Amino acid sequence: MGTNVSLEDKFQAYVDAENKVEPKDWMPEKYRKTLIRQISQHAHSEIIGMQPEANWITRAPSLRAKLILLAKVQDEAGHGLYLYSAAETLGEPREKMIADLQSGKAKYSSIFNYPTPSWADMGTIGWLVDGAAIQNQVMLTRTSYGPYARAMVKICKEESFHQRQGYEVVMKLAQGTPEQKAMAQESLNRWWWPSLMMFGPSDDNSPNSEQSMKWKIKRKSNDTLRQEFVDKTVPQAEYLGLTIPDPDLKWNEERGHYDFGEINWAEFYDVIKGNGPCNKERIAHHVKAHEEGAWVREAANAYAKKQAARKEGDASAA
Amino acid sequence: MAGGWLNGVKQDFTKEEALKEYFYFLADDSLVLGQQLSKWCSNGPVLEQDIAIINTALDHIGRARLLYQELARLEGGDTTEDTLAYFRDHLQFRNALLVEQPNGHWGDSVVRSFFIDTFNFYLYDALRSCNNEALRGIAEKAIKEIAYQAQWSAEWVVRLGDGTEESHAKVQKSIDDLWMWSGELFEEHPIFEVLKDDLPAFSSFKDAWVKKVAEVLKMATLVMPSPELWMQTGGRYGIHSSQLGYILGEMQSLARTYPDATW
Repeated sequence: MGTNVSLEDKFQAYVDAENKVEPKDWMPEKYRKTLIRQISQHAHSEIIGMQPEANWITRAPSLRAKLILLAKVQDEAGHGLYLYSAAETLGEPREKMIADLQSGKAKYSSIFNYPTPSWADMGTIGWLVDGAAIQNQVMLTRTSYGPYARAMVKICKEESFHQRQGYEVVMKLAQGTPEQKAMAQESLNRWWWPSLMMFGPSDDNSPNSEQSMKWKIKRKSNDTLRQEFVDKTVPQAEYLGLTIPDPDLKWNEERGHYDFGEINWAEFYDVIKGNGPCNKERIAHHVKAHEEGAWVREAANAYAKKQAARKEGDASAA
Repeated sequence: MAGGWLNGVKQDFTKEEALKEYFYFLADDSLVLGQQLSKWCSNGPVLEQDIAIINTALDHIGRARLLYQELARLEGGDTTEDTLAYFRDHLQFRNALLVEQPNGHWGDSVVRSFFIDTFNFYLYDALRSCNNEALRGIAEKAIKEIAYQAQWSAEWVVRLGDGTEESHAKVQKSIDDLWMWSGELFEEHPIFEVLKDDLPAFSSFKDAWVKKVAEVLKMATLVMPSPELWMQTGGRYGIHSSQLGYILGEMQSLARTYPDATW
């Protein structure tokens, strides 16, 4: 027990000195668990997040838009892959993470439990959802766990690109026909509040935050990140001539920030609990693809084994 | 041809018309296949293969754009790559019937890709030295992607064929079911005679294709149906299977709802 305490103290001092923790380093079990939870949740968000956007690939209204959207969803699949790999460095196999996602034990970002009925959502998601994600991820490029921080550097570059592309889609709508402009506004109306919810509960109600900050997994509080996002996004909406659906939104000269209205926390917690419009659909989609692919994965494994055996046979014959 | 399914289709082409048809064959194959493959996004058997198949879809759509851009130039007026993709109807599409066949399961999609990728490999390789500058440029860029695609789909055919009993049976059925759509890739068409000094006729790739497919299927322990079996036809004349209407209906829905919009 005594040794444990001193190891933990040493770990804290190591982290406090801004050193990166690497997979083979000693780390408190709770640090490992927290990271597995957070990184796998992040990976699942990338993977489940493919669905609401894949929904529009076949109907994208120009070939250029189709290409950009396809490339974006492909990037997300790639992010999911890095993040699963980063979580695997902590000793958690990918199969287990997938099983936890499908059983509901592991979560993913609640934002993807909302549907994408409109093409404008392809712009709004890039602009707001990727924008909110970047706010969080830029912070995570400095997170204390090395593999996670390095994955974030690469992911952030691509996410910034996605955000610009999303903003461009919204801009084309906002500057387009009256129907297109209405489409952009309607989409902003739906996504604004769920985007603010992406930063998680307010600081008073965020049970895991304190320890995560101490370990430098997290470096800014939920409310700080949320405020940064609002401050950054309001001028972007103004530039587009779109109205953010919050009557309480106004610049506070004294604070040097925008004040904004109260989030509907009942909706936030209900969607997390599984009561969002698409919670069931998203998991069912994932399970279906996984089950329909079972025979393919089995075939690939069987073939790889046969090939390995053949090589061995060749080697012993030679 | 008269008195059968293709009764009444256009048979006489000027050189200018024939060249455009040639481009439509290639462009529509790429667009329709890219559109079909993109439906695999978030539905693949494993994440790595989701990424691979999206990548292939991207290549096809990208290639379609280059071909439509050249076609827009040939057509002139207000034609753009998007008017060609979104504002033509099934009668004007010239893709092979093979690419509009449903995705089915992984084996079905892999076999469909294997047939067309192998064909594309020989076709685009030949186009690198054809007498049309635009096509030479496009082929030079495309051949690298196509070489990858042809390898990817052939490897999957082998993996499924020589995988488990179940995968073997499934992919054999995919081959048997899709076989009748393969012959159209090499069929004779009046445009090839008109263009014979400048561009290769698709029939010239049949022997190489048959040889390659036989080789891969042998490695995959699968049985190759006879290339002399009855083959379906019509796509190159705008006579399609029922599938294409749904593909275009979905693809074109938003663009056609707001025809005056730019995106």
